[in-house]
Amino acid sequence: MIPVKKVLSTLLATSMILLTLSGCTSTTSSNSASATPTTVVEEDITLNVYNWGDYMDPEVIAQFEEENPHIKIQETYFDSNEAMLAKLKADSSTFDIVIPSDYVVERMIKEDMLAEIDKSNIPNYAGLLDYCKNQSFDPNNKYSIPYMWGTVGILYNTKKVTETVDSWNILFNTKYKKKIIMYDSIRESMLVALKLQGKSCNTKDDADLKAAENLLISQKPLVLAYGTDEIKRKMINNEAALAVVYSGDAILAMDENEDLEYVIPKEGSNVWFDNIVILKNSTHKKAAETFINFLCRPDVAAKNSAYIGYTTPVEQAIEDLGEGYSDNPAYNPSTEVIERCEIYHDLEDYMQKYNEIWINIKSS
Amino acid sequence: MTRKYFAYPYLAWMVLFIVVPLLLVVYYAFTAEAAGTISFSLQNIAGFFSTTTLNVFAKSIWLAVLCTVICLLLAYPVAYILASSKINSRTLMVWFVLPMWMNFLLRTYAWLIILDSNGIINQVINLFGLPSAQLLYTNEAVLLGMIYNFLPFMILPIYTALTKIPRNLYEAAEDLGANSTTKFFKITVPLSMPGIISGFTMVFIPSITTFSISRLLGGAQTMLFGDLIENQFMFMQDWHAGSAISFVMMILMLISLYIMTRYEKAGESSGGLW
Repeated sequence: MIPVKKVLSTLLATSMILLTLSGCTSTTSSNSASATPTTVVEEDITLNVYNWGDYMDPEVIAQFEEENPHIKIQETYFDSNEAMLAKLKADSSTFDIVIPSDYVVERMIKEDMLAEIDKSNIPNYAGLLDYCKNQSFDPNNKYSIPYMWGTVGILYNTKKVTETVDSWNILFNTKYKKKIIMYDSIRESMLVALKLQGKSCNTKDDADLKAAENLLISQKPLVLAYGTDEIKRKMINNEAALAVVYSGDAILAMDENEDLEYVIPKEGSNVWFDNIVILKNSTHKKAAETFINFLCRPDVAAKNSAYIGYTTPVEQAIEDLGEGYSDNPAYNPSTEVIERCEIYHDLEDYMQKYNEIWINIKSS
Repeated sequence: MTRKYFAYPYLAWMVLFIVVPLLLVVYYAFTAEAAGTISFSLQNIAGFFSTTTLNVFAKSIWLAVLCTVICLLLAYPVAYILASSKINSRTLMVWFVLPMWMNFLLRTYAWLIILDSNGIINQVINLFGLPSAQLLYTNEAVLLGMIYNFLPFMILPIYTALTKIPRNLYEAAEDLGANSTTKFFKITVPLSMPGIISGFTMVFIPSITTFSISRLLGGAQTMLFGDLIENQFMFMQDWHAGSAISFVMMILMLISLYIMTRYEKAGESSGGLW
């Protein structure tokens, strides 16, 4: 006979573990000062913006609310595209504006979640860089306006790495054993292995994937750690020689340690775009477009981009930011560099396969 | 009779936050979604037995066994000394429980600072003119983090079991000519068995599903079972697969617990925490 109490206690322990795993989304509102009840002509509107954490300068939001007294911005944060999609599927009526990455825009269009954007309400769209427009995930930018963009590359310490860094190959060099930090994400790790072999980072070819898996497993003894946000600090503190990073992190790290350099390898890499979209169920489409137009204004875009660290698609803003930005290859890569980069596409069911490879790498 | 109504809020709490979630886990584990329709399916349960998942499982079990055994080896002498010490051992116990008042993540972050290549240990090593050692981002660091976090759960039940051993048993043994080694193996060890088993389950079960320790201290180089469950729920958004592996895990836990309680029956004493 099993003592019932013991069984219950085990159930309790297991459910506690499960409970800690759930409910990991954080919601914070940008405490917009409560509107003073003056005589308002236009109806007060609250625009609900669903954005990455720390991905919009609070001063920019304050400035918008000042210029448009009848529109309040309420920001909620997500930490991954996947978590955001899950929330939108459960509740599609709360948010007006969302800032998803390229391959997610593709999926959202496919799933009919987005409203068409009336570009006559967004005159500032004309000032965006040509190569940020008309990307394959949304030709003619019918549903999305680019917000920020960047690349993935290698951040390295010139004091520790003496040879020229121009290839992903260096991340597989035994000379740098335990001095390499990889990005703790499936897509970025597969990017490194696939690009090194001259393949697409969106491949659905099993042989290519198997080769990439073997390559990454063989690389594992050389890797110091797989990281995300902490990579920046590690590189600034000279704790590693090489790291796979996003361009924005590279810029911030290079600011604090002059020995750091950023390079986009010759085999090509990933260029990504985060975009502003309006949800189909939004009842404030006009106000949302006003906000998007505001974000595309050169002075606002420059301020926002300087705060976030990633590159704005607004051409004039890049020029206005000037030294340290427009002449910085990490912030403003040349067209030639961008041309050898590829954007991520929605892998659909193949994501399962990629994830399985990732678990295999991690448990090898 | 009216007194039992006071138990109802707790009962409601249990149902709402323990029974219902468990039923949900079972529901998701045995269903699959295809083209918007949900149907009964065993494919997710079968997913547990794929090489990929079993690899993660084996690694987690190995680490959990190591962690539990080391915890036991460390905890037993401590509990023994505490239980037999002349000074008020209750106040001593507080020092072992005190760290548990802090948040688990915070305690693990503290190790990050200690083990870092510019951390406290390496600063001391450097003082003697020795080069910094790579302490962080190793399997040992993960193990250390787990042992540190779970050790109190091993000490407490063993301590409780030891304090419950009647003194006169030792006196009787001495009368019959037993030396201290005999006393220890004939009285102390068998009578503290329930405490050991309690401690074993209380360390083994959470350590097998540890998550975030391997990410923080191990540099995310190994995926443990807890990380896999998180990966399925949060990243893949596959609640069915995530629930299925959680469910199989729960069943395995219950089986091991059943075996252990059967074994404990032989001792026939309830010195454990449960």
